[in-house]
Amino acid sequence: MTDLAQADGTHTNGASVPVPVTTRKDWSSDQEVRWCPGCGDYTILAAMQMLLPDLGVRRENTVFLSGIGCAARLPYYMNTYGMHSIHGRAPAIATGLATTRPDLDVWVITGDGDSLSIGGNHLIHALRRNVNITILLFNNQIYGLTKGQYSPTSEMAKVTKSTPFGSLEQPFNPLSLALGAEASFVARSHDMDRKHMTEMFRRAHAHKGSSFVEIYQNCNVFNDGAFEQITGKDHRSEMLIPLVHGEPIRFGAEGEHGVVRGPDGAVDVVSVADVGESALLVHDEHRENPGLAFQLSRLSRGPYEPTPIGVFRDVDRPEYGLEMTRQVDAVIERKGEGDIAALLRSGSSWTVE
Amino acid sequence: MSDTTMNEHESEVLDRVILRFAGDSGDGMQLVGDQFTNVSALFGNDLATFPDFPAEIRAPAGTLAGVSAFQVQISDHDILTPGDAPNVLVAMNPAALKANVATLPPGATVIVNVDAFEERNLTKAGYDVNPLTDGSLSAYTVYEVPMTSITTEVSKDAGVKPRDAERSKNFFALGLICWLYTRPIDGTAEWIKSKYEGKFLVMEANLRALKAGYHFGETAELFASSFEVRPATLEPGEYVNITGNTATAWGLIAAAKQSGLPLFLGTYPITPASDILHELSKHKEFGVRTFQAEDEIAGIGAALGAAFGGALGVTTTSGPGVDLKAEMMGLGVSLELPLLIINIQRGGPSTGLPTKTEQADLLHAMYGRHGESPLPIVAAKTPSHCFEATIEAVRLAVKYRTPVILLSDGYLANGTEPWRLPDVADLPIIDPDFASGPNHIDEAGNEVFWPYVRDETTLARPWAPPGLAGLEHRIGGLEKADGSGNVSYDGDNHERMTRLRAAKIAGIANDIPPTDVDDEDGHADVLVVGWGSTYGAIAAGVRRVRARGHKVAHAHLVHLNPFPADLGDVLGRYRRVLVPEVNMGQLSRLLRAEYLVDVVSFTQLKGIPFRAASMESAILELIRTEDAGDGRSDAVTSSVGGTPVDGTVPADGKVSR
Repeated sequence: MTDLAQADGTHTNGASVPVPVTTRKDWSSDQEVRWCPGCGDYTILAAMQMLLPDLGVRRENTVFLSGIGCAARLPYYMNTYGMHSIHGRAPAIATGLATTRPDLDVWVITGDGDSLSIGGNHLIHALRRNVNITILLFNNQIYGLTKGQYSPTSEMAKVTKSTPFGSLEQPFNPLSLALGAEASFVARSHDMDRKHMTEMFRRAHAHKGSSFVEIYQNCNVFNDGAFEQITGKDHRSEMLIPLVHGEPIRFGAEGEHGVVRGPDGAVDVVSVADVGESALLVHDEHRENPGLAFQLSRLSRGPYEPTPIGVFRDVDRPEYGLEMTRQVDAVIERKGEGDIAALLRSGSSWTVE
Repeated sequence: MSDTTMNEHESEVLDRVILRFAGDSGDGMQLVGDQFTNVSALFGNDLATFPDFPAEIRAPAGTLAGVSAFQVQISDHDILTPGDAPNVLVAMNPAALKANVATLPPGATVIVNVDAFEERNLTKAGYDVNPLTDGSLSAYTVYEVPMTSITTEVSKDAGVKPRDAERSKNFFALGLICWLYTRPIDGTAEWIKSKYEGKFLVMEANLRALKAGYHFGETAELFASSFEVRPATLEPGEYVNITGNTATAWGLIAAAKQSGLPLFLGTYPITPASDILHELSKHKEFGVRTFQAEDEIAGIGAALGAAFGGALGVTTTSGPGVDLKAEMMGLGVSLELPLLIINIQRGGPSTGLPTKTEQADLLHAMYGRHGESPLPIVAAKTPSHCFEATIEAVRLAVKYRTPVILLSDGYLANGTEPWRLPDVADLPIIDPDFASGPNHIDEAGNEVFWPYVRDETTLARPWAPPGLAGLEHRIGGLEKADGSGNVSYDGDNHERMTRLRAAKIAGIANDIPPTDVDDEDGHADVLVVGWGSTYGAIAAGVRRVRARGHKVAHAHLVHLNPFPADLGDVLGRYRRVLVPEVNMGQLSRLLRAEYLVDVVSFTQLKGIPFRAASMESAILELIRTEDAGDGRSDAVTSSVGGTPVDGTVPADGKVSR
């Protein structure tokens, strides 16, 4: 290795200097933000820029990577290192970066088209390998940048520019997909609650390995109100189910609703008064088996039924880049640093006088 | 080993011999070919090899489709190719004979495993009559050796089951050939012992078969004499026998060391490039990180991500894999980051001929991306040259902050030749020259870092991996404003950036050696211009033509984009220019477009390298027409095949204008 990344995971530059105190302004680039007025992306950007000064991290060790789409413009607005790459490929690019530079915080900013259509393969494999990256999926259930075609998370029968008679496709459930891809950290939030988003980002950042956060994000131009039934101020208490580790899963203005696991193993929404608090499912983020998290991810069939938000799963798994570095270090430990002259003679050589 | 010491049997001295081992793809022909090659290399012969095998791992046994062959030429002087026509064919079954007999010159020796010539195998190979008895092989000296039965017999009392023992018959063939060409078998015996350590029965069966083959030659009185090919007088130095893919892998390790950059290979398995991944994954002691990605796109994507982070990012591929990487190459052109794409070309289109060689990706390398997206192209010309070519490609990538395509092919990848090892101290130093601080004063008078401020000489932009405070910057695939790198849709800026990117690559012409022309006294009228793996066949053809008293010049291009600065002048010095290629004439098009020179294209697409003989005749035809004063006529075209009227493909390639 060069001295780009030190063995202790810090960088030579400033490693001995305390992390400077920063504000939101320090993390904002000089580029004008060009999302449509009223777009949910503004809240997400603000949450991110306001969180970073609190994380105790350095701008120079922070990288935002993205693919293509509205969400993918976010790196341009962050005063960090960043790359706006090509459609769907950010997890692949991030894998190379995070694997060779364990000293960096690598954030991947993506959308439902970017990561679930064209980049689906890269997403699932990054999650499977547990590469040390934090993936934020802005799910607005529509293609915004190409002006309003249905996306892989659009509901069936949806009428869009490319489906004038309604979509015929079963949508992906992003959390189910991530859990099925062996993700070690899976969470959901929404763009109407900056505080909750911030907390999810903080948790995702703290997790070692791949973190996956789905953010319900309103596209006010092409799919306005897609999540209004659950994220609207007046509906939240009845429609959002906050998951809190170690706590019974309950919601409603008075906590009158809850989630139970039936005798057949299925999870369901019940009235707490009917079953008693002790019957409620107690949320466990660290459960090794992802089955229950998977069921919770499918408790709601869409953003019109009570929908869980929060951390669904947070488990420890070996982190890919770290393991790769360990393998390299172990071989160097055993064989010593490689020598080119010896390598060239590693087969049978002969000498011509 | 006393029992394999050379006895005083007669041995006849030859200056060179071309051997071809052929059998079923499961018969271990590549393995014995490799072993014979290594033994000959250590013996001091010059040599060149050509493995020729099907894409199927185990095609139906006994069929023509399943025939796997390994050709090697060994010589007492320096040679350039694995040879045109084998002097000796070892055929393990009827299909192996049928698939290869047409390549044999009259008088060649054919050694067959006669046990395999029974009705079922003959039928599978499509023989109605046994060729050993119908007189069809009368032009050759045929030796019928019961390889299978002797091999099983000698292992009988070792406890090896006959079915397992039979699998050692390739070592019997190897032992026999070692006797016939006066090679000791001790080295191979040692190799077998280490290779099959812990598998006693397999080791024992192979050892017994090897010795049995050797002794068979000595005692069977079948062969009038054995032959000897004496060591070649090569340039003094230390040599190893090396394949192109190994040389490429070692070149990457050396380039990483010479640049101080950690090596990251992002790749996806594909024939015939996978051996580079295999080789690199063995060498973690050099800090090498190999990443077997989920697909070709992720392979190059991860390599680009690693490059963004300050590593030496490399991807390897072939055939359809190159198509899939095109988008990421375009991003690399836009990001202006160092990245190496190694394309081990194979026959196309589509899946094409996975295990067969072709040079048909040159125009793809030049133009296979949307938009104006030039990048440098370097091509290796021999297996060992892959080492040097790889280092040169890395040098250009790092110095000019650009993706570079290195072209190799299936023939170079798997073929071997002796390589005189370079002195490690002479390898070039590659300076990553990372950005270290601000490089611009903004309007407010602040020192800032602009990612697209260019070096005045190279036009390269700074490489600033994350980690340095004050150098934070964003790059991307959208067009960037000259200097600041901010997103810009301005037309004038786009034109300026497009021309800057092109000028940067074109300027590399001033940073590479002038065209290396082999023209004995500078009086030749005909120049042969080649690139890539045709080097050996062209150089051998040129030698033959000169041996006939003619003058001919040869230039072999390593840099294909940009071309050497003097190439136009060089082409202008010759009355005729012949461009042989294993494609439809891709370099010819580039030369015609670039220099308005009326080159003659000589092409072949058989999945195999050119033969020296066809190269010789193509050059001679061109010289002849030139001497006759009708150099610009189409006589050239028709006399060496030309455009066939009946649509059949000429046997020895196609000449066209």
